[in-house]
Amino acid sequence: MDHLENAPNDPIIVCEDVHKWFDDFHVLKGITTSFQKGEKAVICGPSGSGKSTFIRTLNRLEEHQRGTIIVDGVELSDDLRNINLIRQEVGMVFQQFNLFPHLTNLQNITLGPIRVRKMTKSEAEEIALSLLERVDIVDQAYKYPSEISGGQQQRVAIARALAMEPKIMLFDEPTSALDPEMITEVLDVMRELARSGMTMLVVTHEMGFAREVADRILFFDEGAIVEDAAPANFFDNPQHERTKLFISQTLQH
Amino acid sequence: MKILSWLKDNLFSTWYNTLLTVLALGFVYFLSKGILVWAFTDANWDVIPANLQLFSVGAYPRSEIWRVWVVLYTVCALLGLSGGIWGGLPFRFAIGIGSVGFVCALLPLFEWATRGWIFGNVALLGAFLVLGVNVRGLVSKMRPWILGAWLLSFPWTLIMLRGFGENSVLTTNWGGLLLTLILAAVGIVFCFPLGVLLALGRRSSFPAVKWVSTAYIELVRGVPLITILFMAQIMIPIFMPNVRLDKVLRAMLGITFFSAAYMAENVRGGLQAIPKGQYEAAHALGLNYPLTTLFIILPQALRSVIPAIVGQFIALFKDTSLVTIVGLLDLLGIAKTVIANPDWLGLQAEVYLFVAVIYFVFSYSMSYVSQKIETALGVGKT
Ligand SMILES: Nc1ncnc2c1ncn2[C@@H]1O[C@H](COP(=O)(O)OP(=O)(O)OP(=O)(O)O)[C@@H](O)[C@H]1O
Ligand SMILES: [Mg+2]
Repeated sequence: MDHLENAPNDPIIVCEDVHKWFDDFHVLKGITTSFQKGEKAVICGPSGSGKSTFIRTLNRLEEHQRGTIIVDGVELSDDLRNINLIRQEVGMVFQQFNLFPHLTNLQNITLGPIRVRKMTKSEAEEIALSLLERVDIVDQAYKYPSEISGGQQQRVAIARALAMEPKIMLFDEPTSALDPEMITEVLDVMRELARSGMTMLVVTHEMGFAREVADRILFFDEGAIVEDAAPANFFDNPQHERTKLFISQTLQH
Repeated sequence: MKILSWLKDNLFSTWYNTLLTVLALGFVYFLSKGILVWAFTDANWDVIPANLQLFSVGAYPRSEIWRVWVVLYTVCALLGLSGGIWGGLPFRFAIGIGSVGFVCALLPLFEWATRGWIFGNVALLGAFLVLGVNVRGLVSKMRPWILGAWLLSFPWTLIMLRGFGENSVLTTNWGGLLLTLILAAVGIVFCFPLGVLLALGRRSSFPAVKWVSTAYIELVRGVPLITILFMAQIMIPIFMPNVRLDKVLRAMLGITFFSAAYMAENVRGGLQAIPKGQYEAAHALGLNYPLTTLFIILPQALRSVIPAIVGQFIALFKDTSLVTIVGLLDLLGIAKTVIANPDWLGLQAEVYLFVAVIYFVFSYSMSYVSQKIETALGVGKT
């Protein structure tokens, strides 16, 4: 983890010895790490290693049982006010998009700003339309999610998260549910977002994207971080056997 | 030609299809022939017009009938206004009611005075419909006010029908279709929110809320409505001797609390069908529990169980007929008193058929509106 010492020390997420159990199944086994403002981190690892669980603890979709998580200076605890505060600062994009099917794409995006940020409808719609412009699907604003393609749905989902003006964006395998020809359009949006300086944590198997965009790649195995390195080091000089195996397997296809 | 080819394609396409068609037609003929022949030859329909007022309002005193008309006028005005402002389904509904009223006013079914009143209703409905269409664009935020007005129309209806002072009409005199409709409307409007709350309660993460809701639902579902109506009439006075609750009010409470338990289970079915991802997406946006429930979960859950909910409303409407057992004279109760009247001896068939048709018209209308709502909401459903 030597590169952390060189980075500007302005962490926006700090995890100290985070443990999580599902009943008696130990999923996260002492995660200690931090993420800087503006940092792009890619998280990868074998299925079931706890990647999703980890990023979901960061906005309290999952509760951790031991250790501390501090997001933007606020500690995640049972305090509901803190949780809702942090959730407003942290946007999340899911593998299955999770758009609200009973609302139009535009309404999906304006809901949070209107109900949580207490914006007026016209303010929120203005923001939503400019976000839809940014992800290149303004023409789909008044359609329902079921009427557009998967790639378009995921871009609406990204716009929905961005409408809350979050400081951090979490992505949980955002392209895994997409047909190959739609993966690029979503990754393009994420690249653009990365260039804009957003702090991003991305769980993904898209190693091309990782190499190009990430400042740092974390490799999870059995609930622990086994490798944490800049992309160049990660791909060309992995330290652990598990990482070597994983890289050789993923780069094959 | 079109009809012939349709017949051939749908009814006589194969030999067994033809056989089924012939059998079915024979069955329908066999059933309806008897009824139709009887209805147009033997039946003595005089009993219906002669007792029309009884069927409509029961023992409601003639001198106070104007109160019922005031209520109807209020409802028609609201209906017209809603139809005009909402457009779409409410608009067509208002037009439908207006047309039925208009036809009734034209046909010589009722006395002249009644036909005049009905005609006034239709005119008022039309006027408010036009008004609604015209203010639609002008005044923003009209809809919440209209909904509020509908809610207020409930106490208004009850106060209006009851009246004050020496001219007041005791609820024991309310009867006929009027009582049936009031019981059903109150039951439907109040069992719905109560049922939603119970369903949410049953899925609550607070054990106390969860167990109270579950216990309530299971207890009420384990008891027949008649028992609950009896308990409301007999037990409440025993347990709470100082509280003197009106008899009709007690029936309303019984029906509402009974239906709420079934409503809760219907709504719970809808809640269970919502994928976990919907909650997660809402939470990730920072929506708290009430906001998530109100804007994400309930709209989806309710729309998926509209048929079950409307089925429940129809059942409630028909179940109001059980109040005869505790001595209230709703439509069915009035029918029994009419049959018992020596002037009309032996006319059970006519009276019961008439009552059945009335129940059917209302039940089927509800079912029809529900189908229309489903199609209207079908957009955007995955
Ligand atoms: N709600 C839950 N209850 C019980 N066990 C769970 C739950 N969620 C996840 N798990 C288990 O925890 C482990 C880690 O799950 P997680 O979803 O974090 O893995 P992952 O690294 O994201 O894997 P994938 O690449 O398949 O998404 C898995 O073994 C999974 O079966
Ligand atoms: Mg996962």
